[in-house]
Amino acid sequence: MNQKERRKERLDRGIKVRCDGIYALMSLKEISYLVLPRLLLILVLLLAPILIPGHYWERVLTIVCIYGMLAVAFDFLSHYVGLVSLGGAFFVGVGGYISALLNTHVGLHPFLAIPIATILGALICTLLLMPCLPLRGVYFAIATLLYPLLAARIIEALDIFGGTDGLRGVSGLPGKYTPVYVLIMAALLFIFGLRRLVNEDMGLVLRAVKDNDQSVRASGISVTRYKAIALFLGALGSCFAGAALVHIYMWAGISLFALDFSILPISATVVGGIHTLVGPFIGCLILVPISEALREFGTLRIVFYSLILLAFIVVKSEGLLNYAQRKYHQFERWVEV
Amino acid sequence: MKGSLILEVKGLTKAFGGILALNGVDLTVNEGEVVGIIGPNGSGKTTFANCVTGFVKPTRGEVIFEGRRITGLPPEKIADLGLTRTFQIMRPYYSLPAYKNLVIPLMSPRAKRLGGWRGGGKFGDRSTVGVDILEEIGFERESYVPYKLASSLPTGYLKRLELARCLALNPRLIICDEVFSGLSVSEIASLLPLLQRLQAEGITLIMIEHRLRELFQIAGRVMVLNFGEKLLEGPPEVVIKDPRVKEAYFGSEEAEEVMSYA
Repeated sequence: MNQKERRKERLDRGIKVRCDGIYALMSLKEISYLVLPRLLLILVLLLAPILIPGHYWERVLTIVCIYGMLAVAFDFLSHYVGLVSLGGAFFVGVGGYISALLNTHVGLHPFLAIPIATILGALICTLLLMPCLPLRGVYFAIATLLYPLLAARIIEALDIFGGTDGLRGVSGLPGKYTPVYVLIMAALLFIFGLRRLVNEDMGLVLRAVKDNDQSVRASGISVTRYKAIALFLGALGSCFAGAALVHIYMWAGISLFALDFSILPISATVVGGIHTLVGPFIGCLILVPISEALREFGTLRIVFYSLILLAFIVVKSEGLLNYAQRKYHQFERWVEV
Repeated sequence: MKGSLILEVKGLTKAFGGILALNGVDLTVNEGEVVGIIGPNGSGKTTFANCVTGFVKPTRGEVIFEGRRITGLPPEKIADLGLTRTFQIMRPYYSLPAYKNLVIPLMSPRAKRLGGWRGGGKFGDRSTVGVDILEEIGFERESYVPYKLASSLPTGYLKRLELARCLALNPRLIICDEVFSGLSVSEIASLLPLLQRLQAEGITLIMIEHRLRELFQIAGRVMVLNFGEKLLEGPPEVVIKDPRVKEAYFGSEEAEEVMSYA
């Protein structure tokens, strides 16, 4: 009986059908099936700035990373912790203004101002949003929606931080490739950091808070404390994005609190696939360049943009990555029996 | 210490608007006891559990747990002291596999302090301890069941998972809100020895039940609630023969069962 037989086998080998919790790794070949898609994303991102000709699209990639981090933060907070936040712009604004103020008023170098703004901004955002933490679902969403609106009006009315003119003379990031690589590295770190976290014990508690906060409380765990930790982590990425944005535009103004920063990440999450963390980033990778390419159509841009979004919601409501992931796992290969 | 007072409820009252869901209920529970709470639908059994565990703030009255007044404390503080509960409508973490469900109670401050269930959480990996607890409570270790998503588990396993979540916390007292409901006779028969084992290990149980016959096999004492008031309290065989209890259950689903006790 030396005859070798071959048969087709699915990549996930039926494991996912029986139990969703484990994904057995038995050989280097198996591991490579998991690692390759991730490696592809990392390589594409790292090589893109070198391969793409022209400064314009490199700038677009920078913006993609900024929106990408916002989208990942949205996905993390809403689909892993259950805090649906419509106030992404608030994080951007707080991070952006702090970094701009540190740079123009205190005279800190952007490389010092951005990290300080990230941590300080995340702390401030978490503290300010604390009163909303007992709220759930749509109530939390509405409350957070008001924060950026409120912040913009306060700056306008009190004429602080440059008022409606904003803060001018913010220094940019030095070097040709620095901005884009700083953002790519930060975005990758944020995505893979959160991915790791949600499968750690602490991340499991966060996911449990989303599933059922009452039984988390019955287990002797303070839900508010974990929600605050999650909010801080989400705000870290978003405040960093805001702070970096200010140094790329070399200007900070109340448009940092604009609705775009709250809404576009949400559309990107829908397009890229919810509950995947990396999906929203891929969503931005598609939506932001489309939005740029449509720029020549003027105001019609919004119409095209909306149509694309609508098509995604109607035809592929699960999002690209959820679809791709399923298809990838169903992919068959030949094995010797 | 076995036999000493663990829970004391004095004049517990809860008003929802003008309706008194609970009206001056007193109950004392000794350590290692199994106390049943029965009564027709809407008699205030679950409200009693909610008030004692802090999910609902009582209007009046006092709850004393191990000599400490816990009235008005939030549920997580009360659970931290070792008084926890199962939910009548099961509340597992549906998006997590069954064994990962138990990582959450093992992550609680109480479990970190005391090592969780039988101190195991202090040494081992929390996921492994989760599988250990599930095995103890009747999930077959070598099967796929402990690794299945909670959303794909049948009712019988979900009820066990509710209990397992409480056990992982290394509790002193568990209030079981209808753990038998929705289970088949054979499923209950396999759950009873487990509850008796818990009792033998010194865990106090308060069991809110509609399945009287099964409850009476394990409960040493039963309290009957009716319209939010304590009707009477005593050994099951005495309570069930009381005409007031028969009257309270008259016309309800359990009427036939109650009447069958001559």
